[in-house]
Amino acid sequence: MNRYPAWKYILLTVVVAFGIIYALPNLFGDDPAVQVSSSRGFELDPALQGVVEEVVDAEEIQVRSTEFTPDRLMLRVNGSEEQLALADALREQLGDAYVVALNLAPATPGWLRALNASPMVLGLDLQGGVHFLMEVDMDTAGAQRLEDFVGSIRNLLRDERIRYRSVRAERGQVIVELRTAEDRETALTEIARELEQLDLEPVDGNDTFNIRATIPAEVMDEMQRNALQQNITTLRNRVNELGVAEPIIQQQGAERIVVQLPGVQDTAEAKRILGSTATLEYRAADEQNDPFEAERTGRVPPQSKLYFERNGNPILLSRRTIASGENLINAAAGFDQRSGSPNVSVTLDAEGARRMLDFTSENVGNRMAVVFIEQRPVTRTVDGEQVRDTRRVEEVISVANVREPFGRQFQTTGLDSSREASQLALLLRAGALAAPMQIIEERTVGPSLGADNIEQGFNSVIIGFCLVLVLMAIYYKVFGLVANLALTANLVLVIALLSMLGATLTLPGIAGIVLTVGMAVDANVLIFERIREELRLGNTPQAAIRAGYDKAFSTIADANVTTLIAALVLFMFGTGPVKGFAVTLSLGIVTSMFTAIFGTRGVINLIYGGRKRVKSLAL
Amino acid sequence: MDIIRTNTRIDFMARRKIALIFSVVLILASLGSLVIRGLDFGLDFTGGTLIEISYPEAPDLTDVRGALADADYENFSVQTFGTSRDIVVRLPPEVAAEEGADVSTAALNALESVDPGVEIRRVEFVGPQIGEELANQGGLALLYALAGILLYVSFRFQWRFAVGAVAALVHDVIIVVGMISLFQISFDLTVVAALLAVIGYSLNDTIVVYDRLRENFRVKRKGTAKELTNLSINQMLSRTVMTSLTTLMVLLALFYFGGEIIHAFAYTLIVGVIVGTYSSIFVASTAALILGVSKQDLMPVVKEGADQPDQEDLPARFRNT
Repeated sequence: MNRYPAWKYILLTVVVAFGIIYALPNLFGDDPAVQVSSSRGFELDPALQGVVEEVVDAEEIQVRSTEFTPDRLMLRVNGSEEQLALADALREQLGDAYVVALNLAPATPGWLRALNASPMVLGLDLQGGVHFLMEVDMDTAGAQRLEDFVGSIRNLLRDERIRYRSVRAERGQVIVELRTAEDRETALTEIARELEQLDLEPVDGNDTFNIRATIPAEVMDEMQRNALQQNITTLRNRVNELGVAEPIIQQQGAERIVVQLPGVQDTAEAKRILGSTATLEYRAADEQNDPFEAERTGRVPPQSKLYFERNGNPILLSRRTIASGENLINAAAGFDQRSGSPNVSVTLDAEGARRMLDFTSENVGNRMAVVFIEQRPVTRTVDGEQVRDTRRVEEVISVANVREPFGRQFQTTGLDSSREASQLALLLRAGALAAPMQIIEERTVGPSLGADNIEQGFNSVIIGFCLVLVLMAIYYKVFGLVANLALTANLVLVIALLSMLGATLTLPGIAGIVLTVGMAVDANVLIFERIREELRLGNTPQAAIRAGYDKAFSTIADANVTTLIAALVLFMFGTGPVKGFAVTLSLGIVTSMFTAIFGTRGVINLIYGGRKRVKSLAL
Repeated sequence: MDIIRTNTRIDFMARRKIALIFSVVLILASLGSLVIRGLDFGLDFTGGTLIEISYPEAPDLTDVRGALADADYENFSVQTFGTSRDIVVRLPPEVAAEEGADVSTAALNALESVDPGVEIRRVEFVGPQIGEELANQGGLALLYALAGILLYVSFRFQWRFAVGAVAALVHDVIIVVGMISLFQISFDLTVVAALLAVIGYSLNDTIVVYDRLRENFRVKRKGTAKELTNLSINQMLSRTVMTSLTTLMVLLALFYFGGEIIHAFAYTLIVGVIVGTYSSIFVASTAALILGVSKQDLMPVVKEGADQPDQEDLPARFRNT
């Protein structure tokens, strides 16, 4: 007698049901949708929903559902015509602060979404789009930083009236040449006090007393991390310009950034936008003239320019810049030591520090503003022809009072929340001169190829799957049909797990699924062959079944672990699509252990296990 | 129904000399092809630019070449891909080194001048710094996989088996890479992935035979190592063939219906499954035998009054004392 206790059947049913539920969302298609998000990557204001609803009502577009999250607002509509109309209307109404993008929202029914079930995300090779790998030029970033230190040391020595012969950057170090040993002593203490992150070492030149300053490895690492982060921030802002619904911008390794833009076809445009530049300028507020007067009359004093703050108040700013983005070394959000309120601390380079000190010494009590300037590429239609041009966009991101004179380092306080502080720091960093970036890899897949890939991938899964089903049924009869059930369950489980993990399905991923289908039957082949063998040895059918499953188990386990090792190595070393292949292969191996051993045994027990006398097995 | 007679008594070991010669010939041919023809390294490793486009009507290839030559490109190749309307243009890595990612944009402009209705199917640009890295990573991955397997099999069986298994794997990889070279299949990243899958598959086959060998060594009182090896291979033959068949079926489906991009991948796996099946029968066990696997190596430690079945599951390395 071969019987499973009830709990095993319950477990089996639960796992299969679970697999079906989480694989199910992949069967529903997509709804055309319009997605609204902040063009600066900020959280959305809930009030936005009201504004959007007004537009929807005015345009008389039927919206099937509205989903609001802090990241985005998604409106599902009935067809692509409504989608385009709604997107155009929203773009006009919302302006530059928001990105309005066309998207395809998965049409997963509500009850499945309530269970957190969602379909697999299609990779770029299946849905079409652009993949860029950008490399940040860390050598240049390091050289820039070194030059900053050269400038800072020069200023310091000048301020402290220490006579020096030269300060220069040389082979990744700063060399300071001084005339006397006493000068070197004072210089060493002053530099150590002011620029504490440098490692200093006295060395003797031919007829000079030198100091060799090196940037310690951890400061260099920190600098590289910042440079990368800064570039990622800048890229996010740029990509938002493209109106891509679900862009991916990720760090890869220490120097690289992956940018994936699903659905984007015009790679030339994408490259231009990714390469566009932003900067920022610190400017003094014009306190002599009334900005409201200037706004009303349109008469702006010649030395000033009229801007608007984020709250809509007009402000007049001097045309002269105090410091610009290229002077900004770092901006970090934090909390004020004394008051505990949120702040942003800013570090300027030597030149910026000097000019800032000059300005603030004379302007205590006056206001200073930060203007964020972007050169945005635009395509205009002139006389029926498309002309590509850049548009200068300026925006005041911060206005603050100068409380006391400051130079290299200062803090902006009076911010409402730590969120506002981190947003300001993010914008400041985005406007700083970032380390140069280069595209080192581009992969574009057109929509027609993507569609072909899906179709061909899908076809090969189905055809391969059916071939295996037929072969198994013919060769192992009833047992083969049971194995086929297990194989189907295995396919469902793999898809369910991939969907739950939020894995991206790529063409190699599909290949992994196909290969899993071919190899997953191996466990059953091993078991069935063993049962046949036991039968030949003269065992009763019941005993043969038991022995077959028991004896084949360790073989199956050993064989699968070794395949898993290969898949694991593939996962560790592979990138992108190859990783996808490794993931599907590994998942398939693990689930096939469950379905092919535990699952088939359950069904075989149901068929043969209960009978007292089994004359022969349909095997 | 039995496709393979389940009670086979083929004397595989008697044929091992022939098999050895066959393997040596294949390996020499593979190495020869690698030396003479080399590998057709794909864009992933060489760097460069590939543009696949679809024209509304089949273009004259000379026009396409002329347009690219007018744009000052040299050493490019223009081929049809699938249908006569689909064209693949390959630009050498030197161009990419000079112009960076803008090269694909500029080349596309040139291709549009032939027929503005052109549709982009695929653009791949790989900078020179990437290719070298990927090649190193791929090579490392193969080495790590082999090392991991060597360790696991030593732990679960015995070092002679591990060496035998790895010998079979190296045999497989050399022959598969040789076949890729012989038929000038483009060697790209997906092929590396396929090679690792071949390692996994071939090993799977080998382990199954070893597992039976271990069982027979312990259970059967009579028989030399050679006879028992023969028995084990015969016992597992129908399984080996059946699993290879199902795997080959899905791979053929992938090869014929999976599209051009997956072609090299499927080809590699098909060759790999065939070679892997052959090596698990003729190479892995023979190698273990040559290294002198004997019954003693796999015998459980005999304890007082012991005949407990659970001893069977002790790892082999504990039994060598």
